[in-house]
Amino acid sequence: MIKSGFFERNLKYLFPLPALLFVLLLMVFPVLYTLFVSFTDWTLTSGRPMKFAGLGSYLKIMGEPRFLDAVGRTFYFTIGAVLAEAVLGTTIALVLNREFRGKNTLKFILLLPLVATPVAVGIVFNLFYDPTIGFLNYILSVLGLPQSGWVTASSTVLPSLMLVDIWQWTPMISLIVLAGLAGLSNEPYESAKVDGATSVQTFVHITLPMVMPTILTAIILRAVDALKTYDIIYAMTGGGPGYSSETLNILAYKFSFEYFNMGQASSILVFLFFIVLLFSIGVTKIRKLFEL
Amino acid sequence: MKNSLKFRVGFPLLIVAIVIPMIFPFIWMFMSAFKTQVDIISWPPKFLFSPTLVNFNKVFNEQNFLLYLKNSIIVGVAAVFVSLLLGLPAAYSIARFKQKRLSMMILVARLMPGISFLMPWYIVFSRLGLMDSYTALILSHILIALPVVVWIMSSYFESVPMEMEESAMVDGATQQRAFVSIILPLSVPGIVTATTLSFIFSWNNFMFSQVLSMEKTRTLPIAVYNFMSYAEVDWGGVMAATVAIMTPAIILTMVFQKYVVKGLTMGAVKG
Repeated sequence: MIKSGFFERNLKYLFPLPALLFVLLLMVFPVLYTLFVSFTDWTLTSGRPMKFAGLGSYLKIMGEPRFLDAVGRTFYFTIGAVLAEAVLGTTIALVLNREFRGKNTLKFILLLPLVATPVAVGIVFNLFYDPTIGFLNYILSVLGLPQSGWVTASSTVLPSLMLVDIWQWTPMISLIVLAGLAGLSNEPYESAKVDGATSVQTFVHITLPMVMPTILTAIILRAVDALKTYDIIYAMTGGGPGYSSETLNILAYKFSFEYFNMGQASSILVFLFFIVLLFSIGVTKIRKLFEL
Repeated sequence: MKNSLKFRVGFPLLIVAIVIPMIFPFIWMFMSAFKTQVDIISWPPKFLFSPTLVNFNKVFNEQNFLLYLKNSIIVGVAAVFVSLLLGLPAAYSIARFKQKRLSMMILVARLMPGISFLMPWYIVFSRLGLMDSYTALILSHILIALPVVVWIMSSYFESVPMEMEESAMVDGATQQRAFVSIILPLSVPGIVTATTLSFIFSWNNFMFSQVLSMEKTRTLPIAVYNFMSYAEVDWGGVMAATVAIMTPAIILTMVFQKYVVKGLTMGAVKG
C-alpha cells in the first residue's frame, strides 16, 4: 500500500481527466468563443472579417423590439407553465401517495409524456389544435363554447404552447414529489394523530414543510429547461404567427442559423445564460431558507 | 375513512381524471396513424373507422425512414457508449474524492443553452468538412449523454459503501482495479439507469441534429419535422411518423420503468 504507482496516487485527477478534456474542448472553448463573438459585429453573410464592437451587439439587441418582446415571453412562458406544473404535479403526487391496485401501471402512464419526443409531441398537439379538424375545437363546439384559433392566433398561441409544456412535464414534478413523500419519516404523523390534528392541519404543518425542498428542486430543474424551451415551439409555430411566440432561444436560433448574424445571436445567448444562472442561484437560496 | 363510500367512489374517479388527459394524446396519435385522410378530416372526429396501413407504407417505403431510424440508433448508441467510458471514472472520482468543483461543472453544463456551443461547432465543423458526418453528430450527442451519466452515476457510487473497494485493496488490488472488478459490477442498476435515460435524451434531441445533419445522417426527430413541414395536410402520414419515433422510447420505458423513474427523480430528492 505504501509503494503505490503513479497512476494510483493520481487517480483523483486521472479518472476525470478524459471527461474533463472533452468538456473543455467541446463546451468550454465554444462557450468562450460565443462570449468573444458577442463583442464583435460578425455576420457570416456580409463576408467582412470579424471586427471588435465592444458592447455594440448588446446595445443593438437591446434596442430591438423583437428582443424585448422575446424576453417578456420567455418569462411569461416559464413562470406560467412551471407554476401550473408545480401546483398540478404536487396535487397529483398527493393523490397517488398511497397504495392501490394498478399504481405501477399509473406510474408508467406518468412516464409516457416525459420520454415522448418533444418534436413529435408538438406535432400531435398541432393536430389537436387544428382550427378546422382539431379535436379541441370539436370539444368546444360540443360544449357550446366559441372555437379558438389555438396556435394559429397570436392572442392564444403562448397559452396553447404552455399547455403542451404543462402536459409533458407535470408528471416530472409528480414523480419527484412522490419520491420525496415516500422518503418522509412516519414519526411526526403519529404524534400529530395523538394530538388529534385534522388532516388539513397535518398537511399544512407537516407534509408541506417537509416536501417543500423537494418541490423547489423540482421547480428549479423544470424552470431551467422551460427557460430554454425550443423543440415544441419551433415544431409547432416556428415562433409565429408573426413573431408572437418567439422566445429567447428561438430568437437566438434565428439570428444564428437563419440570419447568420453571429454577433447579435451571441449576445442573446450570453443574456439567456445569465438569466438561467441568476434564476438557479436565486431559487437555490430560497431553498436553503426552507431547510433552516 | 379509507373505506368510506365517498373515498371508494371518489378516488377511482380522481385517477381517471389524471389518466385520461395524460394518455389521450397518445391514443389519438395511434388512431390517426391508422386512419385514411378522409377519416382524419371528418367532422365530428371519428372514433370508429376501418384501420389502414397506408400511412406506414408511405413513411417506410416512400420516405427514407429506415435510414433515419438507423442514424438515430447509431448516433444514440455511440454517444452513450463513449459517455459511459468517459463518465463512469469521472463520476467515481466525484463520489469518492468529493470533487465538488467537478460536479458544479456538470451542473453548469445543464444550464447552458445548447445554441451557445452549437454556433461555434457549426463554424468549426463546416471548415473541417465534418457537416453531415456521424463524427460531428456523435460528438454533439455525447454532450447530451455525458452530464446525465455523471449526474446519475456519481450519486449512485456514493451509495456503494467504501468498504467494498477497501477490502479488495487490502488484498493487494489497486484502486483502479477495484473500481473495474468490484464497483462496476455492483453498479449495474445505476449503469442501466444512466444508459436508458441518456439514450432516450439523445433519441429525442432535435436542435443539435437540426444544425449538424443533412440528408445522409439525418436523425428521426428532424425527419419527422421535415415530413410535417412539406406534407402539412397529410396528417395520417405525419402521425405514422410520430408513432415510429415514439414507439422505441415507449418500449424502452416499459422494460426499464423502475430505472427510468429513479433516474428522473434522482438528485432532486436527495437534495
